Amino acid sequence: MVYSGKKASEGGDAPVEPRIGVFICHCGTNIAGSLDVVAVKEYALTLPHVVVSENYAYMCSTPGQNMIHDAIEKDHLTGVVVAACTPRLHEPTFRTATANGGLNPFRFEMANIRDQGSWVHMHDWDGGTEKAKDAVRIAVAKATMLEDLYPMAVPVEHRAMVVGAGVAGIQTSMDLAKAGIETYLIEKEPTIGGRMSQLDKTFPTLDCSQCILSPKMAEAGRMPGIRLFTLAEVESVEGYIGNFDVTIRRHARGVLTPDEAAAKGIVGGGCTGCGDCSQVCPVVRPNTWEFGMAPRKAIYIQHAQVVPLIYTIDFDACVKCGLCETACGTKKAIDLNMEDELFTVKVGTVILATGYETFPIEEKSEWGYKLYDNVISSLEFERLICASGPTIGHLVRPSDGETPMSVGFVLCAGSRDNTGIGKPYCSRFCCMYSLKHAHQVIEKIPGCKAYLFYMDIRSFGKAYEEFYYRIQHEGAKFIRGRVAQIQELPNKNLLVIAEDTLLGMPVEIEVDLVVLAAAVQPTAETEVVRRLFGVSCSADKWLLEAHPKLDPCGTTTAGVYLAGVCQGPKDIPDTVAQAEGAASAASIPIHSGQVELEPYYAQCVEALCAGCGMCVGQCPYSALSMIVNDDGRTVMTVTAAKCKGCGTCGGFCPGGAIRMQHFTSPQILAQIDAFFLGGEQ
Amino acid sequence: MADEWKPKIIGIICNWCSYAGADGAGSARTQYPPDVRIVRVMCTGRIDTLFVLKAFADGADGVLVSGCHFGDCHYLAGNYKAAKRMFLVKSVMQNMGLEHRRFRMTFVSASEGAKWAVVINDVINTVKEIGPSPIAAERKRRGL
Ligand SMILES: Cc1cc2nc3c(=O)[nH]c(=O)nc-3n(C[C@H](O)[C@H](O)[C@H](O)COP(=O)(O)OP(=O)(O)OC[C@H]3O[C@@H](n4cnc5c(N)ncnc54)[C@H](O)[C@@H]3O)c2cc1C
Ligand code: SF4
Ligand code: SF4
Ligand code: FES
Repeated sequence: MVYSGKKASEGGDAPVEPRIGVFICHCGTNIAGSLDVVAVKEYALTLPHVVVSENYAYMCSTPGQNMIHDAIEKDHLTGVVVAACTPRLHEPTFRTATANGGLNPFRFEMANIRDQGSWVHMHDWDGGTEKAKDAVRIAVAKATMLEDLYPMAVPVEHRAMVVGAGVAGIQTSMDLAKAGIETYLIEKEPTIGGRMSQLDKTFPTLDCSQCILSPKMAEAGRMPGIRLFTLAEVESVEGYIGNFDVTIRRHARGVLTPDEAAAKGIVGGGCTGCGDCSQVCPVVRPNTWEFGMAPRKAIYIQHAQVVPLIYTIDFDACVKCGLCETACGTKKAIDLNMEDELFTVKVGTVILATGYETFPIEEKSEWGYKLYDNVISSLEFERLICASGPTIGHLVRPSDGETPMSVGFVLCAGSRDNTGIGKPYCSRFCCMYSLKHAHQVIEKIPGCKAYLFYMDIRSFGKAYEEFYYRIQHEGAKFIRGRVAQIQELPNKNLLVIAEDTLLGMPVEIEVDLVVLAAAVQPTAETEVVRRLFGVSCSADKWLLEAHPKLDPCGTTTAGVYLAGVCQGPKDIPDTVAQAEGAASAASIPIHSGQVELEPYYAQCVEALCAGCGMCVGQCPYSALSMIVNDDGRTVMTVTAAKCKGCGTCGGFCPGGAIRMQHFTSPQILAQIDAFFLGGEQ
Repeated sequence: MADEWKPKIIGIICNWCSYAGADGAGSARTQYPPDVRIVRVMCTGRIDTLFVLKAFADGADGVLVSGCHFGDCHYLAGNYKAAKRMFLVKSVMQNMGLEHRRFRMTFVSASEGAKWAVVINDVINTVKEIGPSPIAAERKRRGL
């Protein structure tokens, strides 16, 4: 930012009589259409210290910003008030305009007369106008008391962290590493890949999911710039943008990598992925990665393409018989007594890419999932149709292993559902993958019929509508209407009961197999990670971006970004695009080497501090401590770099000894007094 | 009908949740009455009991403090600390001869624009039901 601050402090240290400029924005008709902007402008001129007041169509535009700039110069302003949208949108814009006019940018104050004014009082012209006048009066009161502040520049650690290694996390990490930033990639599962590695083919191109993902997984596993930790989770987070101290818990894997073995002095040791251990392991468990449709041993890999190719012991299942140790032989890779490890790394920025899971569709009991053998979920279908899946790609009915000759696909299964059981939002990829699934059964099983029960087919992406036509031509049957009920017949076939809303009549179709296109939701772990990093979520629990249009990868926690489905359902093309955006956004502070922290930190007014020390425990960031000052008195002191400016200490100190920059008690009291005592009584 | 009297209510709210939620009500064009004025602080933890009491001493008919849900505070626990402190406000109010329902602390998240409108309506209705602040009347009588 370019500013000198000279205008405000002209005349040395002598107090300057405040001179405030007020600028009322019309926001087109957004504000001017619902309240009297001219009356507000004229009212502002009657307020103490206001020397200029103007109104303009778009204050945020270049001419609008120039008005601020010019007024600061011409009228020697000491403070600027813009009454417009919300500071959460345009405070940075107007601070820059203030700075360009030569004032310290923290001498700017905003009155929110749109988002909390005209937009919520659209039919109350007088009430809205009165509220806007009050908002301006409150803002002017604060503006008269604002002072020059200087952001603290802090260095940014030249490292990043990505949490979650689905396709989003993998892409982000690779981009960051290629941009020269060492990146910690943290994945809770024993392998990277996420949901995409469970898919067979991908719409609309129908390329095989593993074929496009596996090379990326392998490259990510090898890249020198990526420090990959699987079976690992974030334990705790401290610090702020540029300097996050993140503690990682590495769950005990029970198996050493070659590097770990070498570090222990085992020459030529460590897991080579040979699988000899798994051969001898006597314990059999369902493979959760195959949704229990295939077995695995207590020492296992989830599938053949795992990265890293290191076996994992399921310690809940392991009986510690030691057979695997013997089978592993001189590689000495197995450590049955391994324990979790905690380690802390310092990173400059963090990207969350924790993905999704499917909604527990059995909660919609009318469709019989988990009650009827031949009702399966879409992800189970992906595994059954996949050549590397439990049936080597032969789609079979779970009840009898027969090839189904008719399959019903239930779209919006739990999505766009306002009944309370289910999700109100659209899961965004179910329409397209259900078209893909219909294509797969028609192609693989000659004569097999595919029925799609849908509400609307949302084929919005590039080449998606064309894909929809293609599947129609291939002979899939489309029935528009929500499925009311599914009944199991004695032969384990299913009767799908729905309404065809286009024909306006009920339909009942008997099929061999039903696939539910289940809604998706954030993973349970996302909620934990979100809280650790202080990231907000929307009402439906997806992680909340800083701004849906202008900052879609950022969050309200500086230095923390979002990639992939954890922010909201999106298909692979959109996921990868956002992942690249997040990598770029997260690399900016790192490449610029330093960031400016808002100077909202606390200060101790030693003359008022009684030395009671009660504030120390109020601070969540341990920014406060007690020292003996030059006069030999015990007083509190603030470590400014640790302080995040919440003001909790300042709100507490009974002696008023803590001064919160930009939110000082006199400033806030002036706002309160301005409202109650300043207007017409 | 008391169409003359418009209650004067102030809302001191945190930047990250309630302020964002109030903006969200705007984006969704959720309509509510214009009787509450807003002062923004970074966290409810910043709110000194003094601020609330000063508002009442100035003649406020109602005061609303609103922040993030417990566990969601942008600074981890400012809202817990604030909530604890705000109990004090209620007891001081009794001593000042003020109906304690004139003060309210709520938790509205960034995505709860609809809830914000409900809270505002609620606060206004409660204050209207209680009537004008006796302190405001006394101030007027003394010509303050
Ligand atoms: C049945 C089905 C078929 C689909 N078919 C297609 C298709 O054909 N074409 C298409 O474009 N899209 C398709 N999709 C969508 C696709 O799956 C997603 O777009 C994609 O997988 C999103 O990737 P992601 O990295 O955001 O999330 P995920 O793949 O879910 O990856 C998230 C990763 O983060 C890890 N993780 C979660 N929490 C934590 C934590 N706390 N700590 C550490 N790690 C964590 C998870 O273990 C996981 O590895 C389909 C989806 C479904 C359900
Ligand atoms: S700043 Fe206030 S609370 Fe902290 S030690 Fe000093 S007097 Fe006590
Ligand atoms: S304002 Fe006070 S309580 Fe908040 S982070 Fe800073 S020192 Fe800690
Ligand atoms: S930031 Fe909202 S209550 Fe602390």
